[in-house]
Amino acid sequence: MSDVVEKTLTALPSLLSLDSHPGSAKLSSTSKLGNLIRGITELTSKHEEEKLIQHELLAIKEQVSSPNTTMRQMKELMVRSIYCEMLGYEASFSYIHAIKLAQQGTVLEKRVGYLAVSLFLNESHELLLLLVNTVLKDLQSTNLIEVCMALTVVSQMFPKDMIPAILPLVEEKLNHPKEIIRRKAVLALYKFYLIAPNQVQHIHNKFRKALCDKDPGVMTASLHIYLQMIQENPEAYKDLTPSFVTILKQVVGGKLPMDFNYHTVPAPWLQIQLLRILSLLGKNDQSTSEVMYEVLDESLQRAEMNHNITYAILYECVKCIYTIHPKSDLLEKAAKCIGNFVLSPKINLKYLGLKALTYVVQQDPKLALQHQMTIIECLDHPDLIIKRETLELLFRITNGQNVTVIVEKMLEFLCISEDDHTTIDLVGKVAELAEKYAPDNEWFIETMNTVFSLGGDMMQPDIPNSFLKLLSEGFDSVEEDRKLRLFAVNSYIPLLRGEPGKLPQRFLQVISWVLGEYSHLREDLEPAEVLSLLAKLLDMKNSSSETKSWVLMAMTKLCKGGADASVTQEVSETYSSSLDTVLRQRAHELQYLSQDPELRARVLPRGAKPETLEVDSSLSFLDRFVSEALAAGAAPYKPPHQRQEELDQSKALSLEPYGLSLPISMSSCSITDRQSPTLLSMSSGLSGDSADLSHKGGSSALKLDGIKRVWGREGYLAQREPVEEAAQVEVPSPIQSPGRQGEGDSLHSQTPTQTPTPEPEQEKQQLASSLFVGLASQSSVSLMGKSEPMPQRFRRKAKGQGLGSSFIANEQISSSLISPPSAVDNLLCNNLLDSNNASELAEQTSQLSQSLTTANGTCHAEAELTESDTKGCNPALRRDNCVVAAGPGPHNDPGRLTEVCLDSYLPAELSGLSHSEIAPLCANQSLNLSACHVQKEDSLILVVFIMNSSESAIQQMLLQVDSEELEVSCLCDSPAGEVTSHSVAVGQYSLTVTRPAVHVEVVGTVSYQLPAGTSQSLQFSYKVPLTSFIRPFVVSTEEYGTMWLSFSHDTKQNLTLINDNQEPLTATLNALKKKLQLHVVEVIGMEGIVACRLLQDLPCLMHCRVNAGWLAVWLRSPVPDLPDCLIYHCQRALQSL
Amino acid sequence: MIKFVLMVNRQGQTRLSRYYHSVELSRRAALEADVVRYCLSRKKDQCSFVEYKDFKLVYRQYAALYIVVGITDSENELSIYELVHNFVEVLDKYFSRVIMFNLDRVHIILDEIIQNGHIVETNKSRILAPLTTIDKMVDS
Repeated sequence: MSDVVEKTLTALPSLLSLDSHPGSAKLSSTSKLGNLIRGITELTSKHEEEKLIQHELLAIKEQVSSPNTTMRQMKELMVRSIYCEMLGYEASFSYIHAIKLAQQGTVLEKRVGYLAVSLFLNESHELLLLLVNTVLKDLQSTNLIEVCMALTVVSQMFPKDMIPAILPLVEEKLNHPKEIIRRKAVLALYKFYLIAPNQVQHIHNKFRKALCDKDPGVMTASLHIYLQMIQENPEAYKDLTPSFVTILKQVVGGKLPMDFNYHTVPAPWLQIQLLRILSLLGKNDQSTSEVMYEVLDESLQRAEMNHNITYAILYECVKCIYTIHPKSDLLEKAAKCIGNFVLSPKINLKYLGLKALTYVVQQDPKLALQHQMTIIECLDHPDLIIKRETLELLFRITNGQNVTVIVEKMLEFLCISEDDHTTIDLVGKVAELAEKYAPDNEWFIETMNTVFSLGGDMMQPDIPNSFLKLLSEGFDSVEEDRKLRLFAVNSYIPLLRGEPGKLPQRFLQVISWVLGEYSHLREDLEPAEVLSLLAKLLDMKNSSSETKSWVLMAMTKLCKGGADASVTQEVSETYSSSLDTVLRQRAHELQYLSQDPELRARVLPRGAKPETLEVDSSLSFLDRFVSEALAAGAAPYKPPHQRQEELDQSKALSLEPYGLSLPISMSSCSITDRQSPTLLSMSSGLSGDSADLSHKGGSSALKLDGIKRVWGREGYLAQREPVEEAAQVEVPSPIQSPGRQGEGDSLHSQTPTQTPTPEPEQEKQQLASSLFVGLASQSSVSLMGKSEPMPQRFRRKAKGQGLGSSFIANEQISSSLISPPSAVDNLLCNNLLDSNNASELAEQTSQLSQSLTTANGTCHAEAELTESDTKGCNPALRRDNCVVAAGPGPHNDPGRLTEVCLDSYLPAELSGLSHSEIAPLCANQSLNLSACHVQKEDSLILVVFIMNSSESAIQQMLLQVDSEELEVSCLCDSPAGEVTSHSVAVGQYSLTVTRPAVHVEVVGTVSYQLPAGTSQSLQFSYKVPLTSFIRPFVVSTEEYGTMWLSFSHDTKQNLTLINDNQEPLTATLNALKKKLQLHVVEVIGMEGIVACRLLQDLPCLMHCRVNAGWLAVWLRSPVPDLPDCLIYHCQRALQSL
Repeated sequence: MIKFVLMVNRQGQTRLSRYYHSVELSRRAALEADVVRYCLSRKKDQCSFVEYKDFKLVYRQYAALYIVVGITDSENELSIYELVHNFVEVLDKYFSRVIMFNLDRVHIILDEIIQNGHIVETNKSRILAPLTTIDKMVDS
């Protein structure tokens, strides 16, 4: 802030001072409001305040209802009511008087009336309807100030259903000679657009007129509408880009009247708004982006003045430049500009700089390298907010090599943070990073232990869920799985021996489950000891009953009779009379199974492979029970939405008691439910219905025998029939254990973390090298325009897998994304040089900056470490290692070039359709492979481009494409035979989903012969998100109802609601519809039903209900996994808004 | 998007509050107390932006008065920081003296600047135009 401003401001405190200045107020501080405020200021306790306000409210209440109160007095009373409500004391008696004041008052009284209404009432308050007439009258008034007030209140809040009543009047005002009226009319229309977009569909051309208004204020107002509309559908407004650019140019060039300036900067907030619009328009669109390069450049240059507001504009400008299609010299300037931010001594600028950097490293991780020392400093900043923002930045640049350091920093922060929200957020991020990049088992388990201890019971339930899932499903190597599980067991035993009372409940649950499943892996550990450790948990008074049921379940798995019998006997006796039904059931199970080892071995087989369960969530096994109940005269079941519908239809007074409407329990179908975390959806899916049904049948007891007979379908029955009560809840434990082959491995030594050197500077250097290692390798991904999330690289999975073909394919993909296919790359990739050679070669290849060398060195060391650890070859590390050195060329972008020319090779019949960006797949000396997918209404076409980049023709080329999740059929003639030099062959495949997954993957091989006669092959894989297959499914509500009942696979989850001024359900459904192409069948009250399908078959139905601020979603489909995949994409879609 | 604007004194008493998303009356007091606690505990050399739950707070101090704005993550903190100052400059221009007894007028001014959580006007003379017109009509 400049000194001049600072000086003018020194005068302000006296004006704003809250110490009362007797007799100094404009109106009068001797007014009643003045007395009230002063009275409150002098109070010392909350209790006194309450007394005073209640007294005040009584006085106001008495006066407002008196017939002698004048409008002037009424205005005074309203302001006092506002004040009382502001302090949290409801003054609902005055609401109606506020409306009256707006209606009958004149000028200031009227304005205060409107003001009070807008403060008191919310959008859906029924009293708001009483305001409509007043608004209508004022809109027609000849007094401009009244029109103004009416428009102001309309643009703040208005009942949605009454819009048609005033819409013509508001539209008329768009032509008013006074600019203030036109401006407010535009803002009112903006409000209408927000709450009921379809009501203003027809006046889009008037918005354009407003955009071209000769008054800058009116134009500015119209930008709000455009920003909103462009966010929803950028394609429709591309033609306006030149207009926005021209406007920005004029603003930046100082063409606006002086009074639009703020501290000599022309209309800064308008500039920011325009930059936001431009970045939306230019995103992923080269030609549109080109239109704006010039003005962005100008904006960057104009902003040399050293004032906060210019930095605010610069920040927006940088963001825009990194959002739109890249242009190298602009990127360079923007990067330099970020430097000014982060190097600034002003802390607010530093903060914004970090935020900008966090944004841009997602596009270009190399930028973090330029500012590494600043980042390190910020990491130790005394201001926690700065520290937190730095961690956010580091989170975005995490890779397999720096993960340990970054996670360590995050955990350090977690230890000092006291804010729950931050804890939840950070814990989630640590867990995500640990899963993605864990260098080894020990580190992973240790990190997750810290996560569970620190995250406590606040963290998202899916963290322990996915941890257990990971553990139970295992990876490719039986030995690795065993080690991981054994390590977990080893780390938990001391925790339980210590002070388990200090551990969070969630952690105890995880521990119980793991011990129940895997403690047998440790041979020196007697089950009896584990049992007694577990039994101790039951006795702790802070153990929740949920935890206890996990513990009991674990004990059931462990008990073997004999010596353990006494412990289990005691426990099961204690809890078999528990008031908690779940605990009681667990205790009974424990009792039964501990006495019958044969039964236990069948129910809880130890070596069982994880199997997919056919869950009959349509509860067809209850059919007989239902038909018997119906025959006995019970009312047929109606699903909740149907009941709601009927309730709505019969709007007349209902004399019947309300129907039984059990809230669908949305405990997010998590771990709370039953023992195995792997098949979570099943039990929760059942809970709602089975409860309903049993109620319908008029029976309060659980019909266990009924379940026993018909539970499940064939196949399932055969294995599980003998179990009685356990059958309902039992899920085969997905143990993939190698049986009793455990060697009783002792504790693995911990991965050494970097040791601090005494000199602080050196320490920082070292930290920098460990933080920023491996960054340059990802650099050019960014310039592809869209940055696909990095493929989940759970390297533990890859370990020991050897060099399976899909693995190679993956590696090759990343290689092609990373850098141009150079000879070095290929050598490294194909010949699998050892890492020593790799770094030598790399050093020869290019000159390295100081920091890069350090980075490389560390990386090298780490690579060896991992190498010796795994004793297998791990090409991933080598790849990264060499790229650190080989790819420092800034912004060179081969992918972009190929895409441009490849576009023209798209088959003619597909060219009109929307297709995904053409992504490079892999390449070698002679071939360049790229692919994209084209969405047709009834199919999804994969197009593979094979470009011969060599100087000679290749022969006998054969392209084979296959997939585990998809049915791949070749369209036209698959390209085969000869591809001449520098030409492109195109293969087309139609894809159909057979097994839904969140992302489905196609793998392929190109085999060919070089002229020399040597045959070669190249493997690739290509991922398609499931969303590309989703098509709207148009059905009627009745059809939906029938289908709903017949589908057996389901899942439930709570999603966040979108809450920006619109009706949340409609807004959320619309967002989902737009992003995922769902078909909204019907919306009734707080419920909505939605349908979609994968291409022409595989339907999935979705039932949404607003419940306690969440959108409770229930998906059903005849296809296993589809609901789960879809819910994932729904979450993603809503998160990305 | 702007979620709310608060004016509080050093004792943590609310002087003005305006919400742009619906928050129940009963929850406001707790939220305001939290917000005030967060901002008042910060030192002068710390940055003016604080994370609070799933949104951010931008605060600015003028003597004993704090102005706090709650915004979503997508908003530009620095531009809001300066918006607060613009608001204060407008108040300075309009009120010759103490503003605390003119709750209604401060609200009317704020309504011209922010609507539905968006910045709708920043031109000082235009912000004040409706209010000064009203004043003239009252006087005459």
